[in-house]
Order: sequence, then structure tokens, then C-alpha cells
Amino acid sequence: MESSYIAIPEGQPKIQVENLSLSYGPKLVLKNISLVIPEHRVTAIIGPSGCGKSSLVRVLNRMNDLIPEARVEGRVLIDGENIYDRDVDLVALRKKVGMVFQKPNPFPKSIFDNIAYGLKIGNHRSRSELEQIVERSLRQAALWDEVKDRLHQNALKLSGGQQQRLCIARALAVEPEIILFDEPCSAIDPIATAKVEELIHQLKKDYTVVIVTHNMQQAARVSDYTAFLWLGELLEYDRTEKIFTNPANKMTENYITGRFG
Amino acid sequence: MTGSIKKSRKNLKSQLAQFTGFLFLRLAVYSVLFILLYFFYDIGHQGYRAISWEFISQVPKRGMTEGGIFPAIVGTFLVTLITALFAVPLGMAAAIYLNEYARAGRLTRLIRLSIRNLAGVPSIVYGLFGVILFVNMLKFGTSVLSAGLTLGLLTLPWTITASEEALKSVPDSYREGALALGATRWQMIRTNVLPYSIPGMLTGAVLGLARAAGETAPIMFTGAAFYLPFLPRSLKDQFMALPYHLYIMATQHHAIDKARPLAYGTALVLIVFVVLFNLGAILLRARLRKKWRH
Repeated sequence: MESSYIAIPEGQPKIQVENLSLSYGPKLVLKNISLVIPEHRVTAIIGPSGCGKSSLVRVLNRMNDLIPEARVEGRVLIDGENIYDRDVDLVALRKKVGMVFQKPNPFPKSIFDNIAYGLKIGNHRSRSELEQIVERSLRQAALWDEVKDRLHQNALKLSGGQQQRLCIARALAVEPEIILFDEPCSAIDPIATAKVEELIHQLKKDYTVVIVTHNMQQAARVSDYTAFLWLGELLEYDRTEKIFTNPANKMTENYITGRFG
Repeated sequence: MTGSIKKSRKNLKSQLAQFTGFLFLRLAVYSVLFILLYFFYDIGHQGYRAISWEFISQVPKRGMTEGGIFPAIVGTFLVTLITALFAVPLGMAAAIYLNEYARAGRLTRLIRLSIRNLAGVPSIVYGLFGVILFVNMLKFGTSVLSAGLTLGLLTLPWTITASEEALKSVPDSYREGALALGATRWQMIRTNVLPYSIPGMLTGAVLGLARAAGETAPIMFTGAAFYLPFLPRSLKDQFMALPYHLYIMATQHHAIDKARPLAYGTALVLIVFVVLFNLGAILLRARLRKKWRH
């Protein structure tokens, strides 16, 4: 079957979702979605609650595998390789595709050990190498100055916004190529949100970013491309500017102007 | 019209209902407490007179009307140790499998239901099962080993259930976070689930062991001896145990008058043994929590 893309963005495609359907048991959550996500850009996924936004990003690093009744049809190519092939190594996939969750989820370990977690479970590295990577990741996440004197303090003592930046640093430490953000700002305050958004903006230089958000201003601020999902269907996908100034679909227009949601 | 916030006749009825309700609840707590305290007082008071260094360190003498209970103390300690070595690792492993690996299907539900039901099987049934399996089929004879394993079977359902609860108390976000960073399932369990659930697991295990240490029925056919003036030399030897000794002294002895004070002493030692055990569990948990949380 030919995939019917709504729009193919410029630039090198990083992720190609082809005719993807996802169901949880009898419930169809994503319906035949085809979507190309470009490299080194921020792609936002917006839509009302329950439209399948989170499910879509969780398809991209196979976190849905944790749900026993989840079934996926179609293909997801990352750099041309189908991540749903039988011979895919989930560990390698998840190192390549990092994720930041809706609720900050630092582990009850020290700040240092949180950042070093992904490195420690991977291959062995020397202490000095770990220290370097921890510092680099914390600097990238704009958290270094706030925590450099207390790296061995429990991460749970940080504020919510700091915890979320810690989770971003933790994801960066394993050097992924793609970072998925699942509503990263829904549990933190506006000032912390601004910091995270600034960070996402920085990240696209080196990474491909996909962000799920129910905050339309956020999508407009941080993203280059925006996908509008409605009841499990991809209704519109285009440059963010286009979506927010001149949407092609009536439903998109109604949603972004706040007529429902 | 403004409503008054003062007590009035109008809400007298609900106030009265509340008062009597709480009165009843309070009485329930006090009566339970009273029974428990009286029980401890009686055993403590009567048992205290029997306790001496000789009672703790000597073997029973003169048809168990004099001397001490040293073999029973050692026996109970040994049998509990075997129970622990058998049931704690096995119970934890089973719980980890059920909670972290097994797919949530009909089979898993059935297994879990069976485990819950096993917790309610009378201990004498475990005793008979132990005779068939350990004493006869596996030819361990009536021994510390057979009795320890039988008690192990008895505690397994408790250990598994407590361990599963401890695993469930670890938030899923720790699991997802680890997997998303490229951890394998086992790495995730080892580094991000077990450290936070082991204190709870051990507490559950120790409470189960404390119960097992006081059981009589499962050991009376599988290894506990009526009277032995010496200690077990190998795992295949018979042994004396505090609960069984107490049972003999309290109900089976030919000279009840002479045996009674010793029975009280034995009961007190057994209770102290169990209390120390639980206290140990509490301290262990506090230490582990401190070590892993910070």
C-alpha cells in the first residue's frame, strides 16, 4: 500500500511513519497515520486530550511494548530502518531515541547517579569520563550552575522544573539522535516552562525533536512543523507557521482558535 | 438570614450519634488492648519465675521437670534459619517473576489466586505434605531439614505476596525511565526496582518467618522431637523446638504441676524470640531505607 503523506517537509527525513495503526485491545487509538519527521527540526504534535498524541510518540521508541494488549500495524522507519522489524535491538533503539516524560521522573538517587544512569548500564566508563559527561549534559540542560555544588544530593530534593531539566540532561547523556518530549511542561510552572522551551530550541541544532503538547502557544513557539491529531487521525501536518496562520482543515482552525479542546 | 455556627438543639442528634459511634470504636480498641496486655502480663509474670541462666543454657532433666530448654532454643533457631534460606530467596524470585516478567493473563491470575489460597491452608496440612514429600519421597527423614523446608512452604505464600506488594509500591515511572534510557528489563529491575523494594520485601519475609518460628503442627511429624538431651549434629538429625516443647509441657506431660512453670518459661522465651525477630526486621528496614533513599 502506498503511504499517503499529507505533506513532506523539506530537509533530510529522520523518522518516516508509514500507514501506522495502533490498537489497545479492541480500541483503535491511531488510524493509518503517515508522517515524515525531518532531521534537526522540532516537530510538535497537538490535539485534544485522548486523540492519541502520547501514544504516537510512544510508538517511536516502542514504549508501547510495555502495554500487553497494544498492537501495531504499519512501519516506522528511523534512518530508513523499520523499528518494528523482528531483529531490532530495543536497547539500541532506545539509546538512539531518548524520551522525556510528562511528569518529571528523577530516580531516587543522587543528581550525579541520575545523569550517569544510562551510561552505567551501558558500557563501563572511567570515573573521569562519567564526570565529564555529567557536566556536559547538565550544562546542555542549563542546570549545571544550579546544581554543580550538590551533585551528590538526592535528585528528589530539586524543584519540579529542575527535576524536568534533570530528566532532559539524563536523556542527553546517552547521546541520542532523537528526543521525544511527552507534554514536558504540563507539570511545571511558567518560568520553568520558559527554560525548557528555550532548551528545546537549542537542542534542534544537534538533535531531532518531537514534542507532544496540549499547549498551542507552546507548539507555535518551539516547533518548525506541527501535526494535528484528532480522534486518532492525522488531520493536518505542515509548517507550524502555516498551521497557525492559515490552516487547511476546518477542524484544525477550530481547535487552534479555541473553539474546542 | 445568617446561620449560627454555635452548637444548637438542631444538630444535637448528629452530635449524639457521633459521640456514641466513637465511644463504641474506642471501646473496641481498649478491649483488644486489654486482652493483649493481660496475655503478656500473665506469660511475663509467670514465665519470669522460671527463667534463669540454667533454664536458658541447660538440657531438660528429670523427665523434663527440671533443667532448661537449651536444645529447643537452638532447634528453633536452626529450623528458622533453614526456613529463611529456602523461602526468602525463592519467594522473592517468584514475586519478581510474577510482577515484572509474567504477562497479565488468565494463567498469571490463576497462579496468583492459588498463592493467596495457599496462605489460608491450615498448617497441619503443610505438616502432612512435608511428611510425604520431604520425609518419605525425598528421604530426608524426620529432620531439621524436612521441618525447615516444610515451614518454608508454609511461609512462601506470605513471602511472595509481601514481596509483590513491595514491588508494586515502586512507581512505574522508575521502570519506564530506566527502559527509555536503554536499560534491559533485568538491568531495570536490578538497578531501579529492587533497591527500592527490598526493604519491604525483607520486612514481609521476616514477619512470615516469625510466624513460622512459632508453628507446631508442621514440625511435629517432620522432625521435632519430644525429648533430646543433645543438639542436632547434621541437617538430618531430629531436633527440639520451642513451640512443640511448649505443647508437650502444657498438655502432654505426666506431671502437670511440675511442668507448668517450665511451660510458662518456654512460652516467654518463644515470645521474646519472635519479638526480637520482628524488632530486627524493623531495624533492618530502617537501615536499608536510609542507605538506598539517600
